[in-house]
Amino acid sequence: MKPSTTAKGVLLLAALSTTLHASGADDPLRTMLIMDKFELLDNSEKSREWEGSFYIGYDLEKLYLYSEGAATSDGLEASQNDIVYSHAIAPFWDIQAGIAYDKNADASQTWGEVAIAGLAPYFFETRAAVLVNSDGNVGLRLDAEYEALITQKLILTPSFEADFYTKDDPQMRTGSGLSSIDVGLRLRYEFVREFAPYIGVTWEKNFGTAKTYNPVDETSLLVGIRFWF
Amino acid sequence: MKRRTFVKGSAAVSVAAALPFDLNATEKQAKRADQRTVLTGREFFLDIDYTPVNLTGNNAIATAINGQIPGPTLVWEEGETVTLHVTNHLKKYSSIHWHGIVLPYQMDGVPGISYKGIAPGETFTYRFKVNQHGTFWYHSHSEFQEQTGMYGAIVIKPKRKEPFAYDRDYVVLLSDWSDEKPESIYRKLKLQSDYYNFNQRTIGDFFSEVKKKGFGNAFEQRKMWNRMRMSDRDLSDVTEYTYTYLMNGNNPATQFKALFKKGEKIRLRFINGAAMSFFDVRIPGLKMTVVAADGNHIKPVDVDEFRIGVAETYDVIVEPKEEKAYAIFAQSMERSGYALGSLTPSETMLASAPKMDKPQPLTMEDMGMDMANMQPHKGMKMPMKPYKWKAMEAQKYPITPLPMATGPQSTMKAMSPKYRLDDPGVGLRNNGRRVLTYADLKNRYSTRHAKKPDREIVLHLTGNMERYMWSINGIKYADAKPLQFHYGERLRITFINDTMMNHPMHLHGMWSDLETGDDAHLVRKHTVIVQPGAKISYRVTVDAKGGWAYHCHLLYHMAGMFRKVIVS
Repeated sequence: MKPSTTAKGVLLLAALSTTLHASGADDPLRTMLIMDKFELLDNSEKSREWEGSFYIGYDLEKLYLYSEGAATSDGLEASQNDIVYSHAIAPFWDIQAGIAYDKNADASQTWGEVAIAGLAPYFFETRAAVLVNSDGNVGLRLDAEYEALITQKLILTPSFEADFYTKDDPQMRTGSGLSSIDVGLRLRYEFVREFAPYIGVTWEKNFGTAKTYNPVDETSLLVGIRFWF
Repeated sequence: MKRRTFVKGSAAVSVAAALPFDLNATEKQAKRADQRTVLTGREFFLDIDYTPVNLTGNNAIATAINGQIPGPTLVWEEGETVTLHVTNHLKKYSSIHWHGIVLPYQMDGVPGISYKGIAPGETFTYRFKVNQHGTFWYHSHSEFQEQTGMYGAIVIKPKRKEPFAYDRDYVVLLSDWSDEKPESIYRKLKLQSDYYNFNQRTIGDFFSEVKKKGFGNAFEQRKMWNRMRMSDRDLSDVTEYTYTYLMNGNNPATQFKALFKKGEKIRLRFINGAAMSFFDVRIPGLKMTVVAADGNHIKPVDVDEFRIGVAETYDVIVEPKEEKAYAIFAQSMERSGYALGSLTPSETMLASAPKMDKPQPLTMEDMGMDMANMQPHKGMKMPMKPYKWKAMEAQKYPITPLPMATGPQSTMKAMSPKYRLDDPGVGLRNNGRRVLTYADLKNRYSTRHAKKPDREIVLHLTGNMERYMWSINGIKYADAKPLQFHYGERLRITFINDTMMNHPMHLHGMWSDLETGDDAHLVRKHTVIVQPGAKISYRVTVDAKGGWAYHCHLLYHMAGMFRKVIVS
């Protein structure tokens, strides 16, 4: 990393754009909030689920907040949240480092986190995060998503998520080995790029010890909206 | 996708003249037109100010010159010294650059290189001798002001009679307007670079290819694109989704009108003053004789259609034989919309637009792949044309190495870039019409005695469409050292385009003598399109001391794909 880039990263919030000779600054500070999933599930708990991110930064240096989770009428069921610094290391890839914070109705867990995020060949939007906590539990969380255009505005999005851990954690209800997967298929209609309602189906399943803590294995229909600004 | 209907609106109607202005008109005829749209003489007063406009049916605020979009056409005379007083009434710095005019660098109008720009409330006086003639233009070189209306035509009358005749003379300035703020367009491109592209590949496209070629072949053909994460539908970054295409400030509903009488010869001076849009221009029913490119005479060539890159100019002569309105039709390269005018015997007779062509996808050649060396698939026919540009490949001059970076700035490398001068470009290939290519451009006058190049530099045009970053040699302007040109040398510059987009490259202060296959007739240009995955070479006589700008003229590429040139 060049010194100027490092300094820029450190002074991320100092929105000083260099005066450029010719046209506007090539790399202005920007923010983006995107709620990829914001949906109601047709399951027994009538879960409300979300998955989104926010960033502030530049072309190659960004500060990211990620959040995903589920709530029922009884309140928060579970959530995973991350705050990471993201640095571009290749044309399509960023390396990220920071802190993850999981919360469910009864307990919470803080992790140190390192992740790779980017666009894989064949246009798969991908993120792989390795987490370590003070108990020596190591987690691996994989995310992949693909966008298939049926028309220019009707977009089909298969998605896949899997969480692995090295240890059981009864409080967080996660288990060693493959703990849970979540496979989804969503069909959205982009009225404008920034706003798209969707319908979909999701299959969530817990495995191993996680299954004994919380025997989830359900397929649910869902409706939601995707929006960004 | 929605099609905008133009209920009303045209800056030309609200703030300038409704009548077309024939530069060849007599003084009496000229009085009919609004005197403000064309300024002649040796001293000029230009005022930059916020100006309310309605170009789309909605009100917006432009940054306009003398309250007009385009700004007034400036008519100069070759050999005269012109004085231009430019006053900036904006709340921020502004500037005007005289595009394609050879002048002292202090007069070139590029903030940070020629001068500090024009401060709010200040007047800057430009004064220089005009040593050339032809069709040129001027525009702001500050921030994104060009997008919001700061551009106009320059017509320089020659000292000597030109080698072609015509009865009427019109400027046809093409541009793109958005009611959106340019900063907002740029931000959207950074957030989602395909935001404005509504011609992307669908599942249906793939299945129809499977039907035609079988699954294996269809998948194999997609493989390279998928692996490289490149789109063959990535033709223009910004489209009609936000743009309204203008011809002399008129949208397709209000139409620019150029009047003629049957049997007359009409000179049309096409200028592409758009921020981001390439146009493919034709006048259905008429052959166009192209007589000048970027202001300089060429050997006349008769065509049905030509592509005009951002900042290029072409002069054509047409001879309408029928008493009817002809459409001057300029469809944007990605075919999302068009600018439209009428070449008509009467202001009340308007032409209607022909059907737009279908967009073509980019090919493997546009990715810089060598098609000749690729193994043809079963059932696939490979066009095996002999390569015409071996003589240009064979030219060898001492190459000065330049810094080159790899990393996030650049997503691809053209593995086997080729000279493609006779390629009309994506969207115009095999369309059944005679389309102008760079191979057709030959200087009208001999360049046989021009000095041979002393040395060569190679510049790679690089970018990352996913992150929307643009650079040269993988280094963006903010991180780059200036290019050093030596005063008095003849320099060969070769561009290799490592991106999937066309880049119109503009060198300030010195001519670009483009190699188009005949070294005895190098065509003289100021802006040269480098096609995706292709290479192109030109020669520069380094005869202007000082600091100069050198950049891609696509407004949202410019800040990164830019170099300062120092001549000493």
